Amino acid sequence: MSLYRDEAVVLRAQKLGEADRIVTLLTRHHGKVRAVGKGVRRTSSRFGSRLEPFMLIDVQLYTGRSLDVVTQVETLGSFAQVIGRDYGLYTAGAAMLETADRLVEAEHEPSVQQFVLLASALRSLAGREHAAGLVLDAYLLRALAVAGWAPSFIDCARCGAEGPHRSFAVGSGGAVCSACRPPGAASPAPETLVLLAALLSGTWEVADASDERHRREGNGLVAAFLQFHLERGLRSLRMVERV
Amino acid sequence: MYEGAVQDLIDELGRLPGVGPKSAQRIAFHLLAADPVDVRRLVDALTEVKARVQFCTVCGNVSQEEHCRVCRDPRRSNEVICVVEEPKDVVAIERTREFRGKYHVLGGAINPIDNVGPDDLRISELMSRLADGTVTEVILATDPNVEGEATSTYLARLLVPMGLRVTRLASGLPVGGDLEYADEVTLGRAFEGRRQISA
Ligand SMILES: [Zn+2]
Ligand SMILES: [Zn+2]
Repeated sequence: MSLYRDEAVVLRAQKLGEADRIVTLLTRHHGKVRAVGKGVRRTSSRFGSRLEPFMLIDVQLYTGRSLDVVTQVETLGSFAQVIGRDYGLYTAGAAMLETADRLVEAEHEPSVQQFVLLASALRSLAGREHAAGLVLDAYLLRALAVAGWAPSFIDCARCGAEGPHRSFAVGSGGAVCSACRPPGAASPAPETLVLLAALLSGTWEVADASDERHRREGNGLVAAFLQFHLERGLRSLRMVERV
Repeated sequence: MYEGAVQDLIDELGRLPGVGPKSAQRIAFHLLAADPVDVRRLVDALTEVKARVQFCTVCGNVSQEEHCRVCRDPRRSNEVICVVEEPKDVVAIERTREFRGKYHVLGGAINPIDNVGPDDLRISELMSRLADGTVTEVILATDPNVEGEATSTYLARLLVPMGLRVTRLASGLPVGGDLEYADEVTLGRAFEGRRQISA
């Protein structure tokens, strides 16, 4: 029996048997881990509330034959409570968890950047630091970038010609110059591309000051990007409430 | 892999909730070794439950008739509806003997990652039950976990503007647990101490 300890975000929790729960964790050092929380659905469990989606935890596990087993959990960030009480935060947060689950495919393969990105996005969401839709889109863009699919919003994604450009093509990787423009490319408002560039780089003064119209157009483009790179569509994205 | 019928049985058992491949195999071999009379009883119980048990057309609870026992009971108040996720939550609350109104079973909780949205639950059925103005209070008794909480949050947002008294079970229920595991005393107390949700 080998014990290990790590920080983790709980991505999913599924019922198992009478009172157990299988949790999918995104850990800092061990990548994605599936583990069993024994008896956590019983009211006497000390762990139950800590092994819920959105929780940031310090967890101790031992390596089992097929699934690891949770032996200790401490809360580092109790985001579930705040998120469960605000439907807009809940749907945005669910889309983040599903994205992380999909982008980090293999289990036990460290992906420190994805962990850090998700943990800080959830902290920002639960702390209501910015509009939920903006926190979500910033997270999605950065998670794609970490996965190797960084979109370009200023220079041409094809030839690198200095931008800004008028056209945008998801399949080409973002903004495209007039020479590289494929048929059917979109022509979003220039402000929308400025907003998306700000979300990707974390320039929040610009993002917070953006208007509703450009946010809406922006999240359509982000969703298109995400669907393009993930094989199956994201189930939770259609349920996100945009206020 | 086993031959035909045995493997079919293992596959079927393995599709049941909470039954892994190992358990499916164990149950299958248990049944193979069991007395045919015992197996017959199990088969009859399965056939019977599918033939006779249905869901109450009013509240969604399991029922032997079109309307369940609670909905048929004239001594129970029509003014209060308690909203729960699953039929087994009705059983848990009935055990407390604390509640004398009617129920509404949603059939789950909103869980976007599992593709369960508001439209997949019996929410429009709840809204039509509220239409004639008889109901004055809706008690939200979804599970005390994040999906249950979010489902209650969603419902409260629909119900509060309708001028109803909307209440949520008191905290004190262990967070993260299932409602069905709460003991009678704790659940009874959570009912008594339910708090009103305002817009
Ligand atoms: Zn170009
Ligand atoms: Zn009924």
